[in-house]
Amino acid sequence: MMKKLQILGTGCAKCQKLAAVTEDAAKAICLSYAIEKVTEIDRIVAFGVMSTPALVVDGQIKVAGKVPSFEDMKQLLA
Amino acid sequence: MNPTAAASKSTLPPIKRGIPAAIQYAGTGLALAAVWWIAYSLLAPVAHWLTYRAFGLKADTRLANAVEFFVFEVPKVLLLLVLVVFAVGIVRSYFTPERTRAILAGKRESVGNVLAALLGVVTPFCSCSAVPLFIGFVTAGVPLGVTFSFLISAPMVNEIALVLLFGLFGWKVAALYLGTGLFIAIGAGWTIGRLKMERHVEAWVYAAKTGPNSLGDERLDFAARVAAGREAVRDIVGRVWLYVVLGIAVGAGIHGFVPTNAMAAIMGKGAWWSVPLSVLIGVPMYSNAAGIIPIVQALLGKGAALGTVLAFMMSVIGLSLPEMIILRKVLKPRLIAVFVGVVAGGILIVGYLFNAIL
Repeated sequence: MMKKLQILGTGCAKCQKLAAVTEDAAKAICLSYAIEKVTEIDRIVAFGVMSTPALVVDGQIKVAGKVPSFEDMKQLLA
Repeated sequence: MNPTAAASKSTLPPIKRGIPAAIQYAGTGLALAAVWWIAYSLLAPVAHWLTYRAFGLKADTRLANAVEFFVFEVPKVLLLLVLVVFAVGIVRSYFTPERTRAILAGKRESVGNVLAALLGVVTPFCSCSAVPLFIGFVTAGVPLGVTFSFLISAPMVNEIALVLLFGLFGWKVAALYLGTGLFIAIGAGWTIGRLKMERHVEAWVYAAKTGPNSLGDERLDFAARVAAGREAVRDIVGRVWLYVVLGIAVGAGIHGFVPTNAMAAIMGKGAWWSVPLSVLIGVPMYSNAAGIIPIVQALLGKGAALGTVLAFMMSVIGLSLPEMIILRKVLKPRLIAVFVGVVAGGILIVGYLFNAIL
């Protein structure tokens, strides 16, 4: 089943890093996914996060305010 | 940074038996602390040896003074930075913006301002997420003035500033900075609350639909907290070490080559206008504590007054143009102006106060 990955962040350096780690990890575990970058502040807030960057998987907040390591990210997406 | 499922499933081996793991941690911790302590106590002799033996510089020359200052201060500040950032990283794993918000929501103003300023010191905060944090606080019922107390204290009173002040000036100045920084955050937030500025917050903020945070409270084991501390060292020290080195290099230049008391006329106690001027110069300047404090220390050694120097430093670290631009998304210009004005006013008071009593 396809997973919906959303990266929340207004475009800071860490947001780019989170997006990169997420995609790398998703590819490494052969996940079928669709990724979207959410940069509008009102949409970010609607998720209820207070620290960016954040990762939302199928509507569930998985990471907020940090960039996990590649290994941690693989476990998180699995 | 937020505790996440990932952090608790860290790559460290899981702690199965409590006591041996605890002993293992204590042992490793003690060994590392001993290494740290030996390195720290060797700093002065090694710096001396490098300057006069290895580089063969003549004693009491300007160049020798500058070089010894540099080779002593750089490793000292970096050692202190690693230690404190690690400790703060562990402390911060106990505080998340969500938890802080839950504590502050519905608190009365005066108590709320004090709590918000204190929590601002220990809650992880990055000015890039100032906007979602602001909205998260305000829509959860944290009063506007209390939110500001948090937003003022979080960048101004930070562990990097405290480490550098402790390392370069001693514990008294570090304690003064902590105390006066909290005082400004509490006072300025309280004032903004009294001014009833709620209508100067952009209307869409109060209308913003905020979802529940599904990340929830996760219990981290100690291994995950140690990992958080290590991660903080990697992230923060990795980001600021260059500024520290550059700042100390400029400081070393001032230390060696600017004549003593050169700064007395411009930044000394006698010049009443030096405090407001320092703030005026400091507000648009944007640097982190790591870059500015070594320079400030050198100025102080050349006859600048402590109050003036503190005011300059606080306005550089506490009020920054990029943060104002980010906050413009949620605050109308009038409230931004009041925010800058009230904080700058607080900094002026601190500057004059220290020039008067010290």
